[in-house]
Amino acid sequence: MMKKMFLQAFASLTLLVSGVALANEVHIDVKAPISMSDKASLQRGAKNFVNYCLNCHSANYMRYNRLQDIGLTDKQIKENLLFAGEKVGETMRVSMNPKDAKKWFGAAPPDLSVEVRARGADWVYAYLRSFYKDDTRPTGWNNQVFDKVAMPHVLYELQGVQVLDHETHTLKLERAGKLSPQEYDQFVGDLTNFLAFMAEPAKQSRLWIGVVVLLFLSVLFVLVKKIKTEYWKDIR
Amino acid sequence: MATNKKTIAAGVLDWVDARFPLTSTIKGHLTEYYAPKNFNFWYFFGSLALLVLVLQIVTGIFLTMNYKPDAELAFASVEYIMRDVFGGNIIRYMHSTGASMFFVVVYLHMFRGIIYGSYRTPRELIWLFGVGIFLVLMGEAFFGYLLPWGQMSYWGAQVIVNLFSTVPFIGPDLSEWLRGDYLVSDATLNRFFAFHVIALPLVLLGLVAVHIVALHEVGSNNPDGVEIKATKDKATGIPLDGIPFHPYYSVKDLVGVVAFLMVFFAIVFFMPEMGGYFLEANNFVPADPLKTPAHIAPVWYFTPYYSILRAVPPIGISQFPGVVAMGLSVVAFAFLPWLDKSPVKSIRYRGKLYKRWLAAFVVSFVILGYLGTVPGDIWGQFGSWLGRADRATVLARICSVVYFAFFALMPWYTKKDQTKPVPERVTY
Repeated sequence: MMKKMFLQAFASLTLLVSGVALANEVHIDVKAPISMSDKASLQRGAKNFVNYCLNCHSANYMRYNRLQDIGLTDKQIKENLLFAGEKVGETMRVSMNPKDAKKWFGAAPPDLSVEVRARGADWVYAYLRSFYKDDTRPTGWNNQVFDKVAMPHVLYELQGVQVLDHETHTLKLERAGKLSPQEYDQFVGDLTNFLAFMAEPAKQSRLWIGVVVLLFLSVLFVLVKKIKTEYWKDIR
Repeated sequence: MATNKKTIAAGVLDWVDARFPLTSTIKGHLTEYYAPKNFNFWYFFGSLALLVLVLQIVTGIFLTMNYKPDAELAFASVEYIMRDVFGGNIIRYMHSTGASMFFVVVYLHMFRGIIYGSYRTPRELIWLFGVGIFLVLMGEAFFGYLLPWGQMSYWGAQVIVNLFSTVPFIGPDLSEWLRGDYLVSDATLNRFFAFHVIALPLVLLGLVAVHIVALHEVGSNNPDGVEIKATKDKATGIPLDGIPFHPYYSVKDLVGVVAFLMVFFAIVFFMPEMGGYFLEANNFVPADPLKTPAHIAPVWYFTPYYSILRAVPPIGISQFPGVVAMGLSVVAFAFLPWLDKSPVKSIRYRGKLYKRWLAAFVVSFVILGYLGTVPGDIWGQFGSWLGRADRATVLARICSVVYFAFFALMPWYTKKDQTKPVPERVTY
């Protein structure tokens, strides 16, 4: 098996070198509503994530108490987001065994801690809105952004059922869900916003530290420039 | 009281000097090392390379305190650094940005050497040590890139190590020996970690030391390519166009350092991924030996050579010619001192012919660099009149030819070039 993988890897090199690598990138034409200052949206997104995603998808690098950064207190986190006796200092794990998950879904649900950094927020936002009914798939669902995806449409009760118009390649709502299309977009937008926050919780703090550092360096630059001019004035 | 203090300090200094060449070293390398007074913008990048080296070592030390070189733990330990270690995200971004900025600075430093003929007699050894530094730096960057253990780390290493398997006869055994396994695995990660944090840094520091010692032995070149030691003050023996490195260039380099740090920290704090060029999106997916990414591209600083690798057509099924061409494209720099036959050193006194070749080389290098980041079929194919060849591949081939011609034809065009007369003293 090792040998086979080695050969596969070598074959991939050969493919690359002859320039036949195929990129299956899908064009994303929607913009995810990302706003790190919108704490209400981030808090709703956190709730959506814990309620709908965190049963199968882990966020193994994300600690619950990091949600303090989006304005929640430890008490609020404990009361609203912890259901199975976890502690606030723990990371967002799931109890599902990845091997079982692979057996059930065909692919283990990926950890979502840094998913937005890997895929981009727009991709995630588009993906969550692009499920459609497809009876040829084992789950009965397919996705326009991620063809033949293993994940079923977990949010279909909220969004309703979409079908694909094969001629125009557009999705049409066949049966309405609990939420209106606008409400569903907001639901998914909040969720994506939260996933973006979770992908790099320290991003906000680094932005303002950066401003301070650059201000300091600008002052320092003026000073060293003056010293240099002073020393060099007698060089001709 | 003040005089008393000074006497004690002087006494201590005398005591040290009797046992260690402290004063003479400071004089020889700083206060009485005479550098040409006409250094321009291009002369910042040597000291900046040293600065980045120090930054990489210091941030690297702090990263090793929390990083785990284990295939099961590596990816998670990097995220741990990014989230739970105090200041960890900044240290990590400084290290990842530092890797790319090291190459930016070194490429500009090398370009300076090329345009002002700094590799010419008597500075051939400085140049050779420099090429050695460049090669070790490439190795250092390659080994380090595996450590985050993301998909790009993993498959990039897989592709590069597989290059060695194209060597006739011993290739497959050779790449297996390098990996320590049949595929990139925990064993590979462990040895790459050892190479990255101790083996290559030691070699790098040694090479940097001899690079500087050799430079201070023969003295710095300058934008005019004039030897300042040829015109000395008769009384003092000090070059007339030379000024002591300290304080003049120490304060001037300080300006360069602060300006560089402003660019550096702007990247670290505001755009550490640099649009996917410094940190690739796919590297936020943990390494998976069973899932080959659709498009594997090395980090930007390797892409010119990677383009050359892809551009060279295979012989039969062997990719070895491409691998040889890629190796040659890097090593070619070492031969410059002996390829350049021009009577002048600096581009200021060279003719049009040389300038055109240099421009063609720079343009090819940049195009190759870009093409190395994208799939070979990005611009589609030519019609049947060109055998439906990939447009990008054809361009990469043309650029590769120009790249090598710059070196191979240098003895001819530098001799034929119409040069201008060189002044006796530097222009300032």
